Amino acid sequence: MTRKGKRLTLISGALAALGLAAGLVMFALRDNIVFFYTPTQLVEKHPAPGARLRIGGLVKQGSVVKGEGRDVSFVITDTAKEVAVTYTGLLPDLFREGQGVVADGVLAGEGRFRADSVLAKHDERYMPRDVAEALKKQGVWQGEKK
Amino acid sequence: MIVETGHFALVLALALALAQAFIPFAGARLGDSALMGVARPAAIAQFALVALAYGALTYAHVASDFSLLNVIENSHSAKPLIYKISGVWGNHEGSMLLWVLVLSFCGALIAAFSAAMPARLRADTLAMQGLLGAAFLLFILLTSNPFARVAQAPWEGRDLNPILQDPGLAIHPPLLYLGYVGFSVVFSFAAAALIGGRIDAAWARIIRPWTLGAWLSLTLGIAMGSYWAYYTLGWGGFWFWDPVENASLMPWLAGTALVHSAAVMEKREALKIWTIFLSILAFSLSLLGTFLVRSGVLTSVHAFASDPERGVFILAILVFFIGGALALFALRAGALPVGGLFTPISREGALVVNNLLLTVCCATVVIGTLYPLALEAMTGEKISVGAPFFNTVLIPIALPLALLIPIGQMLAWKRGDLPAALQRLRAAFVAGLLALGAFGAFEGAPWLSVVAAGVAVYLVVGSLSELMQRALLRGGSPGATLARFLGLPLSAFGTAIAHAGMGLSLLGLAATGWGVENIVTMSVGNAYEVGPYRIVLTDIAPRSGPNYTETYATMDVRRDGAVVARIEPAKRFYQARKMARTEAGIATLGLGQVYAALGESHADGTVDARLYYKPLVTLIWIGALVMALGGAFSLADRRLRIGVARRASAPLPQAAE
Repeated sequence: MTRKGKRLTLISGALAALGLAAGLVMFALRDNIVFFYTPTQLVEKHPAPGARLRIGGLVKQGSVVKGEGRDVSFVITDTAKEVAVTYTGLLPDLFREGQGVVADGVLAGEGRFRADSVLAKHDERYMPRDVAEALKKQGVWQGEKK
Repeated sequence: MIVETGHFALVLALALALAQAFIPFAGARLGDSALMGVARPAAIAQFALVALAYGALTYAHVASDFSLLNVIENSHSAKPLIYKISGVWGNHEGSMLLWVLVLSFCGALIAAFSAAMPARLRADTLAMQGLLGAAFLLFILLTSNPFARVAQAPWEGRDLNPILQDPGLAIHPPLLYLGYVGFSVVFSFAAAALIGGRIDAAWARIIRPWTLGAWLSLTLGIAMGSYWAYYTLGWGGFWFWDPVENASLMPWLAGTALVHSAAVMEKREALKIWTIFLSILAFSLSLLGTFLVRSGVLTSVHAFASDPERGVFILAILVFFIGGALALFALRAGALPVGGLFTPISREGALVVNNLLLTVCCATVVIGTLYPLALEAMTGEKISVGAPFFNTVLIPIALPLALLIPIGQMLAWKRGDLPAALQRLRAAFVAGLLALGAFGAFEGAPWLSVVAAGVAVYLVVGSLSELMQRALLRGGSPGATLARFLGLPLSAFGTAIAHAGMGLSLLGLAATGWGVENIVTMSVGNAYEVGPYRIVLTDIAPRSGPNYTETYATMDVRRDGAVVARIEPAKRFYQARKMARTEAGIATLGLGQVYAALGESHADGTVDARLYYKPLVTLIWIGALVMALGGAFSLADRRLRIGVARRASAPLPQAAE
């Protein structure tokens, strides 16, 4: 094969692969992204019930209630707005009242959120960035001690 | 005093790095060998100084010197010695110091092993390495100084994050950084080659061991990190598609492509421009990863407390080096001579497709990692892109790649014979189909897992059959065959072993489809079935360790009535940070594992637990070890090393001025 022919084969092969990959990426991005909201944003944007979401904020002090078996409910707050969350399963080690948490799940309507996974962060200094910003705005920020 | 010495050494290292960046570079332009000669001692001295600084910080941690902010925030006098040492890199400042230590170590290695290299290439490479060192030393000294003191030293420190107090974490970051930062060497060589305008097979031969070494460390580092997450985080997963994990996966994918394209360039002088591009890309992705992890733009589970000043600084470094290298590439790549010809069906052709697929995988990971950031910057919307995205895109690319690997191995250089190659893979195809049938018989297995398992078995058998056939080719006595087998070049073993390792990992990943996961509430005496095993909780009791207390459960793992293993999952509580941590109880049975992690204890004496049965799961990491072993075989190939010495000691034709 000539140099030109070789280059053509190469380029068309590469374009085909890239096209396929781009198609896959578009498809995957359309179906598999999950929006992240703070409680305030949730109230403002009120997505339709049944939407898959991530909610980040702080676990409200005194809001954790253990139910039957491994059922647990708690409130995620960004100190301005709150979302009631229900969850069945094991909570992560770093899950504690007053600490940052991210809940993955489905909005059940009436501002209630049904989580199917709850993530707490590796470090106790961590909290979701916008929550930290909200707390700083309201002057109740206590992190980053020197 | 020791601390001040360390601080001072770091400042001196910066001055030296600047000298290393500019003097040899000027020397190479002026053709002054004395100026170029500055590079080697400067690189070695820079490493010595950074090592001294690193040693001083380690000393402060070991001696619990609580007048240092870094020690207060990350150490505790009661912490075990090994974690006082590993705690040095368990925080932002210390880990950046380790980053620079590895960077200057790479520079010193180039200096030590470049005696036979063309002087100008060496000077430019070390100058580039010096420039990188200077940028990061400046970053440490200006924004992340680990030697900052406090006016009044407290009596006690805040301890290291308990999750990081683990033997796995004691070796994971150094390995990861060796790989990650090791690509800086290839980056510097690429920049030097572009500046010098001479790129040939000898260049590829020089960078090959560096690429392999970095790739090998990164492979081990990623595998280590994944196993650590698996056994310490208590959720039983080994990969979360977290941006920080992706930060190490991106350079790994680019580095894997580079290992292969460098081989083509070395053997056939083809793919030069592409190899140079990948050399730049691999380290650029390491820098991008460093930026993502260290700048605080990500709200990652791994990210340390964010600081915008640091982010802007690293972004500047990132733009300067990646932008500079790519600009250099754009200016000079067109002028590079074109290399050897080959037909599409050939070893080169197969490696081109391999590179294409690997870079597409890499681009996918980059998009999945950066897209949420871009979207947030543009629209303010926050999204997360997780496993479903990556699975949807990567599996359809990775499986064809796995199918291609053994075929490529069977093809000859320059002009290959596809039907003959496929025929030589008969055994592999049969094995794959048998595996497909056998795994398909499992009930409830997802079809994708079954297909992946079939492909994995084909890949293992196919990778190894090339070696077998080369030994058996000319027949003869078993002794002669064995001798021929042992006489095969080490790099041939390296290729076969690394590819087989890939197959083993793939089989382990596929087998996750057969796993059993239960979340239960247990009480003493209760038994639960997980897969073929029966787990009986025999006891729950408290216990105390050096800096923690724990509640641990004793569980018998029974099979057909007999106890085959005893596991002790525990829930630890670290006093200093008031933090809990899960210790999973893991029993390795054959290649599979029974995995138990405790949840909360209840007042009535029951305890929540995750009980998992994970068949073949260990293959995921064994496969990675085997891959790295393959890399080590290739690295040890005498032919390659002698090739370097012979090539280099023969006077290289100098480019006409």
